Amino acid sequence: MEDDAPVIYGLEFQARALTPQTAETDAIRFLVGTQSLKYDNQIHIIDFDDENNIINKNVLLHQAGEIWHISASPADKGVLATCYNRTSDSRVLGCAAVWRMPKDLESSGQESPDDSASTAQTLELLCHLGSAAPCNVACVAWEPMGEGKKVISLADNHILLWDLQESSSQAVLASSASLEGKGQMRFTSGRWSPHHNCTQVATANDTALRGWDTRSMSQIYCIENAHGQLVRDLDFNPNKQYYLVSCGDDCKVKFWDTRNVTEPVRTLEEHSHWVWSVRYNHSHDQLVLTGSSDSRVILSNMVSISSEPFGHLVDDDDVSDPEEHHSEEKSKEPLQDNVIATYEEHEDSVYAVDWSSADPWLFASLSYDGRLVINRVPRALKYHILL
Amino acid sequence: MAAEAVGPGPASGPGDSPEGPEANAPERRRKAHGMLKLYYGLSEGEVGSRPSGPDSLDPTDLNGAHFDPEVYLDKLRRECPLAQLMDSETDMVRQIRALDSDMQTLVYENYNKFISATDTIRKMKNDFRKMEDEMDRLANNMAVITDFSARISATLQDRHERITKLAGVHALLRKLQFLFELPSRLTKCVELGAYRQAVHYQGRARAVLQQYQHLPSFRAIQDDCQVIMARLAQQLRQRFREGGSGAPEQAECVELLLALGEPAEELCEEFLAHARGRLEEELRALERELGPSPPAPDVLEFTDRGGSGFVGGLCQVAAAYQELFAAQGPTGAEKLAAFARELGSHYFELVERRLAQEQGGGDNSLLVRALDRFHRRLRAPGAPLAAAGLTESATEIVERVARERLGHHLQGLQAAFLGCLTDVRQALAAPRLAGKEGPSLADLLANVASSILSHIKASLAAVHLFTAKEVSFSNKPYFRGEFCSQGVREGLIVGFIRSMCQTAQSFCDSPGEKGGATPPALLLLLSRLCLDYETATISYILTLTDEQFLVQDQSPVTPVSTLCAEARDTARRLLTHYVKVQGLVISQMLRKSVETRDWLSTLEPRNVRAVMKRVVEDTTAIDVQVGLLYEEGVRKAQSSDSSKRTFSVYSSSRQQGRYAPSYTPSAPMDTNLLSNIQKLFSERIDVFSPVEFNKVSVLTGIIKISLKTLLECVRLRTFGRFGLQQVQVDCHFLQLYLWRFVADEELVHLLLDEVVASAALRCPDPVPMEPSVVEVICERG
Repeated sequence: MEDDAPVIYGLEFQARALTPQTAETDAIRFLVGTQSLKYDNQIHIIDFDDENNIINKNVLLHQAGEIWHISASPADKGVLATCYNRTSDSRVLGCAAVWRMPKDLESSGQESPDDSASTAQTLELLCHLGSAAPCNVACVAWEPMGEGKKVISLADNHILLWDLQESSSQAVLASSASLEGKGQMRFTSGRWSPHHNCTQVATANDTALRGWDTRSMSQIYCIENAHGQLVRDLDFNPNKQYYLVSCGDDCKVKFWDTRNVTEPVRTLEEHSHWVWSVRYNHSHDQLVLTGSSDSRVILSNMVSISSEPFGHLVDDDDVSDPEEHHSEEKSKEPLQDNVIATYEEHEDSVYAVDWSSADPWLFASLSYDGRLVINRVPRALKYHILL
Repeated sequence: MAAEAVGPGPASGPGDSPEGPEANAPERRRKAHGMLKLYYGLSEGEVGSRPSGPDSLDPTDLNGAHFDPEVYLDKLRRECPLAQLMDSETDMVRQIRALDSDMQTLVYENYNKFISATDTIRKMKNDFRKMEDEMDRLANNMAVITDFSARISATLQDRHERITKLAGVHALLRKLQFLFELPSRLTKCVELGAYRQAVHYQGRARAVLQQYQHLPSFRAIQDDCQVIMARLAQQLRQRFREGGSGAPEQAECVELLLALGEPAEELCEEFLAHARGRLEEELRALERELGPSPPAPDVLEFTDRGGSGFVGGLCQVAAAYQELFAAQGPTGAEKLAAFARELGSHYFELVERRLAQEQGGGDNSLLVRALDRFHRRLRAPGAPLAAAGLTESATEIVERVARERLGHHLQGLQAAFLGCLTDVRQALAAPRLAGKEGPSLADLLANVASSILSHIKASLAAVHLFTAKEVSFSNKPYFRGEFCSQGVREGLIVGFIRSMCQTAQSFCDSPGEKGGATPPALLLLLSRLCLDYETATISYILTLTDEQFLVQDQSPVTPVSTLCAEARDTARRLLTHYVKVQGLVISQMLRKSVETRDWLSTLEPRNVRAVMKRVVEDTTAIDVQVGLLYEEGVRKAQSSDSSKRTFSVYSSSRQQGRYAPSYTPSAPMDTNLLSNIQKLFSERIDVFSPVEFNKVSVLTGIIKISLKTLLECVRLRTFGRFGLQQVQVDCHFLQLYLWRFVADEELVHLLLDEVVASAALRCPDPVPMEPSVVEVICERG
């Protein structure tokens, strides 16, 4: 069966920030933030028409500065948060803010395909996620299941939990915690766990992974030296509550069971340079996507440690969704952990990859030169998983 | 006889005559023989062995039996010319004449003999007549003698009968006397301790007494005897039980008791019980030697003692038993076997304990000798103990010990390898303190390789003792087949090479990637070691093994190629890991230098940053290090302008050509477009790609990793104008010095170009420095 060709979209600027529009579950929509020091930065809202293989885009101006990280609210389609750099007289400040898109763009990208040439609209600022002391915000994470009221931001060595009030127009610092230690401690990345009633957050700093309880803002576990070098990204398994994946500068992707922090469950070493981004598929957690500065995107099939093992390779004490359970089909020969595909459409380092929130078989990857590539899971595999 | 007569030998005719006058031509003589044969009626057919045999039917053959003169003449006349006819005619005449003279001579010679023969016969006739008369007389005399003799015997008949009767009575009386004397004799014997004699007497008298026991006098005797014999038996038993005396005496006791009709079953039990007592004493003595308190004798002495004491005793017992209780049949044999099995197993247990103590030692020869003794001893009993299966268990023990020795040697080799590695580590750590170069890597490598090889050889030699011809167990199937192939070749040698590879590989997987618990030089050295193994050493070692242990076993063995592939794989992984580690060291330097600096508010660059110099220094050091162990490798043909001319010219012209447009503040599309186009024409750079086994490839890998790190770090920062210029200077400096290390200098240019381009992108105010100024700074630095 022939797989669909990848769809490529080019931005004019360098870009690092990519996110699916999390609250949108019908249309396949990605948000991309650009990085330019000289021009006004933009947020590209990219709609993908699956049936016609067509991309529609809308551009919003983000004049505050170059975007390093972007994340969309899980509840409100029009709300998103960015981490950006503002350069002012020989100082670089890393800030974070919550924004609202103009109303007409919020849901209906396709209806205004022809206005791309017209003047770009501007984002409406809702609130800053800034504390008194200026520090560089590395990452903003929304509470995955809630109503979009809670946000975590990671600034230098602080982890800050914000309450958004009055339809997100005001951010109140609910609690915070700090990393103490010698040397410069800086968070590089963080994710909010969808399990445990959304009370857990995991962060990465230097070579360590840490878990935090958002109620007490205390550390619950710590994986020291999770990677040989800097940890770049991490993600939670959406179906197995103790499993998370991390990636870093040692070119490795490691799967962890947070109940046993001494040894990774599995290690992948497929990339030939730093791995910048790693994402579990939202529904089928055996599909793991990684992007690396060797300009490759790799889709791996980690059957043996997924929540859908064929046969009982893993004792699944974690009860996953019943409709996700395909394990009764034991007649099928068990799949091995393997690399499904390596995507080589990029020519520069790939800094971000993510799955669509609407279509579990579709994902986007973004490289530094501004190239966004939308790919699909190979059909053979898709049917293998589904049937 | 006839055939012999025809032979060429001269003295074979019925008469000796033919050889006398003419012995000139053998042909002639044969012809004469033929004649004679005809004369004596020997048909030509009987002389089949003659060479002319097949043609003898030819009527033209002059010497043939079927010779037909007419035909011959006819043939001669028809076939031969006149001259030949004449020749043959003269020849024929000559032959006829010769034959005539032969005949005459024969007749003369034999005539004399005939005459003397006739005389002899006549004389014999006379003599015979005389003899006949004398014979007649002799016959008459003989008849008279016979007559007399018959008469004499008739008269003597009567007396003879009486004499015979008297003799019978005498014998009977003597027997009776023996019987009457028997009790006193027996008492005397018993007193003197001549039990054997007593039993002998008793045996002789018993049947008679038994028969005539109805007569009171005999009965009395019998009763007396029985009393005495009962006492005797008592004494014998006593002696037997005391058991102080050796096995032969005991055997004698038992034999006598048996002869006295004691129940064999019981005796057999008792005999075995006594034997057990003695043998267990032996075993206890052995066990005492095992004990930890006295210094255990060496294993050879131990097995010797066990062999002579216990096994010897057991053999004696078995032999005596079989001799004494042969009548017991299979149950008796079974009893003996069970007895031997039980004691044997105890003995084996002791031996095994002793051998286990020996496992630690490095010397095989003593052990093998001890095992040999042990095995040989147990084989000696042969038939009597075969049923007990002692030989088999002994062989099993020997096999087990051999296996354990193999395991021990494997461990020894592994320990030796680890020891070598420790030595290398120390040697690598030491020179840093001393401040000067210690032994070079190449020397270290040679040391390690030779030491491992010598260890392997020593192990092989030690293990080889097990298969030596003079060792009694070397011809067991295990030692001929499985031991050689599975044990030595697979278990020891292949196992060691595999474990060596694994040990080496484990350095790649060590979790201490960050600090580098393993010194990189060790990785490099191991990699080279494995590569050497792949190219030569493995096949050498295996050939050596196969030669020493003529492997007859058909079971599959690991082929050389598989091992070589493994070794090569290991070497590659080690080298790749080396590249990663060294690349990491340099990239950490670069990363720190980029991350910790405030690039926005930096001053105008005056010189190259120290860290870049450090990078170049380190790279040079690595280059030297790798150069010690690996060959140079091939470089890509260098672009013409850089190889000959000074490098700075090239780089500056290049920089102008490539960077200049990107720094002009034009539309952002331009820079993108430019870098994209640039990428279109350059190959994708695989940063952590596997390396080749040569210096250039290794350094290319390290430099690639370092520069890619620089690029990624630069992209994360924002640069001021002077920050950009500093990057420009640094990159130019790197370019000046790094190109010479890599396979394809284009690669260095490309990566550095990208670094500068990225820095320019990350600069809000990109004003590049004049290339000439950059050059000046770099040359000054």
